[in-house]
Amino acid sequence: MAYSDKVLDHYENPRNVGTLDKNDPQVGTGMVGAPACGDVMKLQIKVNESGIIEDAKFKTYGCGSAIASSSLVTEWLKGKTLDQAAEIKNSAIAEELALPPVKIHCSVLAEDAIKAAVADLKSKQPA
Amino acid sequence: MTVHTPIYLDYSATTPVDPRVAEKMIPYITEHFGNPASRSHPFGWTAEQAVEEARDEVAKLVNADPREIVWTSGATESNNLAIKGAANFYSGTKGKHIITVQTEHKAVIDAVRELERQGFTATYLAPEPNGLIDLEKFKAAIQPDTVLASVMFVNNEIGVIQDITAIGNICRENNIIFHVDAAQATGKVDIDLEKLPVDLMSFSAHKTYGPKGIGALYVRRKPRIRIEAQMHGGGHERGMRSGTLATHQIVGMGEAFRIARLEMKAENLQVRRLRDRLLAGLEEIDEVYVNGDMDHRVPHNLNISFNFVEGESLIMAVKDIAVSSGSACTSASLEPSYVLRALGRSDELAHSSIRFSIGRFTTEEDVDYTIALMKSKIGKLRELSPLWEMHLDGIDLSKVEWAAH
Repeated sequence: MAYSDKVLDHYENPRNVGTLDKNDPQVGTGMVGAPACGDVMKLQIKVNESGIIEDAKFKTYGCGSAIASSSLVTEWLKGKTLDQAAEIKNSAIAEELALPPVKIHCSVLAEDAIKAAVADLKSKQPA
Repeated sequence: MTVHTPIYLDYSATTPVDPRVAEKMIPYITEHFGNPASRSHPFGWTAEQAVEEARDEVAKLVNADPREIVWTSGATESNNLAIKGAANFYSGTKGKHIITVQTEHKAVIDAVRELERQGFTATYLAPEPNGLIDLEKFKAAIQPDTVLASVMFVNNEIGVIQDITAIGNICRENNIIFHVDAAQATGKVDIDLEKLPVDLMSFSAHKTYGPKGIGALYVRRKPRIRIEAQMHGGGHERGMRSGTLATHQIVGMGEAFRIARLEMKAENLQVRRLRDRLLAGLEEIDEVYVNGDMDHRVPHNLNISFNFVEGESLIMAVKDIAVSSGSACTSASLEPSYVLRALGRSDELAHSSIRFSIGRFTTEEDVDYTIALMKSKIGKLRELSPLWEMHLDGIDLSKVEWAAH
């Protein structure tokens, strides 16, 4: 399997690895995938008072493309509003990382992780 | 001594040709190029003599009569010739049922599947979780029409050694032809075909420091075992396998097996010492699981699963060492090793397994480098792994409801 330079870079030097306090009302957590399928992504975002994502962290069990997809989106998420975050499409992730067709599902998983984290955060905030 | 990467730790996939073997082969490519079947001139006589000397050497390693050795292109051909050849020859008198094991090499499994398509029936025995066959289950699989059983000596993935004597005795009692794939066994375990109750045995040169493209099939003479040829032509190898003999390849196999006979005792001690050093180093990592029985096992093999680390990222991480993975992530569908699955390993553990196979040219420095590399890379991947984090938090992953995709 030949990986693109960008995938290799994120794999070798993953950005924003870590964990935020999932009980913090300003933090949204998305966990998607399953071990039996070969990938599990945990993505967390933290918003400030003005609703801007100021921090994003991930942990991923999966192949190099899955690790790279989640690492990349933590970079993209910072500075975005929740609505802007929810607009990130898997096709943009796949294009940026030059994912081959068999690895497109990794970008789909990353998009799902964002949606799950945003939904979790919204559910915590007063209506 | 400096370590040159990538370090080769895949001796069960293939071995380098020993330089002494290569040296012996070369004249038979250039000057002694004759066809061993040419009876009318010295070119042929020289080649024939070399072929027969090599046949003696192969026979000596396994304590057989040289007339019981048939040259083939490798263990895959030997397995096909033995299984299809014996099943077809004896099916009329004995029956059409075959017993084999789920963890056999594909060359055995697929040969038996082909016979099933031709009207045979087959039992694929499940091994015990340690990879070994339960003899009672083997006995229970025998039917009145069982004609052939095929069980490998040493498993290629997990290195476990089956009790060939016991299985062979059961076959003898039940008048079943017994074939053994010994591709991974030569030079690693003692093989004495005068004592072993085995009728047919497959060998390969390139797993024992010989060249690729050459192998042999042992066909017992007393009592005589008959097989139907699968390759027809000039009637070479007493009609069992036609085709011009590849003199240089045969010379290489003979020399490789001669060296194995003389050096295997000392070599296995050294290899075992290195393997045990590797195991001790890797067992310092948390949550590692050895696959296959450690007592009934060749000294060269270590197959180990690293829990909470995904297989493909693991292979990416350890590119400085040449090893085999239990995970075949070549396509979109993840397919864990069928051997590890047959042992009852979970998909996750099967995916995160690595087979280290050590050999003649492995050094202590290679092993120490590998231990340090694995410790650092497994640590890094677990830092990244949400499953490892959950495990440390005391969460039982088998009880989590995953959002499957």
